[in-house]
Amino acid sequence: MMPEQMIRWARWARSEPWIWSWLATLGVWLATIAFTQGRGSGEVLTAALVFATFTVIVGLGQMMVVTLGPGNVDLSIPGTIALAGCAAMKLTDSENPLLLVGILAALGIGVAVGMFNYGLIRLLRIPPIIATLSTSFIVQSAAIAYGRGIRIKPAPMLADFATARILGVPVLAMVVALGSIVIGIALARSRFGRSVLAIGQNMRAARLAGIAVDRTRFATYVLSAVLASICGVVLSGFSGGAALDMGDEYLLASIAVVVIGGTSVAGGKANVPGIWGAALFMYLLVTMLNTFGASPGIRLIMTGVIIIGVILVAGGEEQ
Amino acid sequence: MIGLTAVSNPKLLRSILPALSLALVLGAIFIKLPTAMSYFGLNLLLQYAVPIALATVAQMFVITVNDLDLSMGAYVGLVACIGATLLHDNPPLGVLALAACLAAYAVMGAAVQLRGLPSIVLTLGMSFVWSGFAVLLLSTPGGHAPDWLHNLMALPVPVVPFPIVAAAVIACVVELGLMRSSFGVILRGAGGNSKAVARAGWSLLAAKVAMFTLAGVFGMLAGLSLLGLTGAGDAHIADRYTLYSIAGVILGGGEFVGGRVSPAGAVLGALTLALANSFLNFLHISPDWQIGAQGAILILVLALRALIGAMERRP
Repeated sequence: MMPEQMIRWARWARSEPWIWSWLATLGVWLATIAFTQGRGSGEVLTAALVFATFTVIVGLGQMMVVTLGPGNVDLSIPGTIALAGCAAMKLTDSENPLLLVGILAALGIGVAVGMFNYGLIRLLRIPPIIATLSTSFIVQSAAIAYGRGIRIKPAPMLADFATARILGVPVLAMVVALGSIVIGIALARSRFGRSVLAIGQNMRAARLAGIAVDRTRFATYVLSAVLASICGVVLSGFSGGAALDMGDEYLLASIAVVVIGGTSVAGGKANVPGIWGAALFMYLLVTMLNTFGASPGIRLIMTGVIIIGVILVAGGEEQ
Repeated sequence: MIGLTAVSNPKLLRSILPALSLALVLGAIFIKLPTAMSYFGLNLLLQYAVPIALATVAQMFVITVNDLDLSMGAYVGLVACIGATLLHDNPPLGVLALAACLAAYAVMGAAVQLRGLPSIVLTLGMSFVWSGFAVLLLSTPGGHAPDWLHNLMALPVPVVPFPIVAAAVIACVVELGLMRSSFGVILRGAGGNSKAVARAGWSLLAAKVAMFTLAGVFGMLAGLSLLGLTGAGDAHIADRYTLYSIAGVILGGGEFVGGRVSPAGAVLGALTLALANSFLNFLHISPDWQIGAQGAILILVLALRALIGAMERRP
């Protein structure tokens, strides 16, 4: 390419940061099907859509929190996923009629965790990283103590919903896609979304402009925890029950999809399509390494290296 | 004059808070287990204090420049694995591998500074890389600690238990280097007011690289001392050290931003954590609740600090 074209392209890519995650997704998908010579290319995409959906659910919450500005991050997501999943399974006890109770309990846990998080941040002036980390210790302990040895199957309705497909497309992915569109519109149009962006750009200015800073931050942390609890419910529905460690991988995943997806870590700039691209990329990356027959050690190393590589290319702020 | 004393009191309170928390935990232990108040008892209770203190100091270096290392536990585990395999079987290769780890830390510091990357994400990614190498070296727990390492950690010190002596040495060395030297002022300034430090002609890149490399060095010492205690390596031997190290820095009075840290406090914080851990074990508190108890201790100390902060601000 001519240098001038490259500059123009680079400028466009900078203004549309989600493009990187989708390019990376395409790249690993092509590498995978090149290795299998085209076999199973569709199945891989369907599976990616399913697993990416779970990451997108928590990624959207993390995105809103990160958009609040530097230092804002929710590390309590894994604990919330585990506790909400366990509570939903235990209270539902595999019975359809009790499903509503289980879901309401999980949502209640989400609201409580979010409120506790923001309570620590606001009342005790604890930095969000430490506040949500401390919360996650406690929530994780509660999940371990409460869910010890549980192996309760999800209610059939929940399991059916989490695994249903229409024309090969997972229903859950469609629902979450709709939810993503709602969040995207909310960010661009609603008072809440625009307040989040304004606070992320400059909290002081936002406060002076009369934006309800505390209420907005509070609602954002609650939203993130509630999304994590929803993820816990559908994830246990999908995988035939809750497990205590099922949230663990979503700590890195939720933060990584936000950054890889082009949401500004400095805050004030969110990107919904990027979350999807990054979540698909993360899943396809693991699939690719599995297809190549990499050993667990190599797989871990490559996952880390490639994630860092994409962040180095796509993320980062101009100095 | 009256106003001055009122202001200075909360400050004093804040500075002795780490020591106060340690005394509190010690007091609780001695009431519950009077036999622990002996050379042997303290040695046992503080067994893992040295690696935790070293990891905490490592984390403190990173926090000083407003970053966070979420790969500390995986890194300490990898070092233990290198020590139990390469360093034991082929010392030159082992030293080379450890040097490569330090180089990786230096590069991490440079990447954070040059690309403005959030350290949380970079180090989370690195935790995969460390664990991956550790699993490659030792897919199942095993290996042997080099004899010299084992002997060093079992060093018989008269009168005062070894962990206390080691912790005091660590605290003094880092306190002198970071808090009392002119070099340390610049390094802390890079976290406190990076613009001012840059205007004064110092390289922020060098500061960041120096702090990350120091974190690599102390994390390495943590891994080696842990290996000396356990005798064998395991890729997941130190997974909890990420949380321990962050909690230790905060308990020790470190602030998250602005380069306000305290090496002596961090070591005290680490000792508090190590003691609290052993104590919870002795009390037969279910391991389920141990992580939760640590979260609660963290919140409690931070609440106290917020209270003191409110006292400071009151005119």
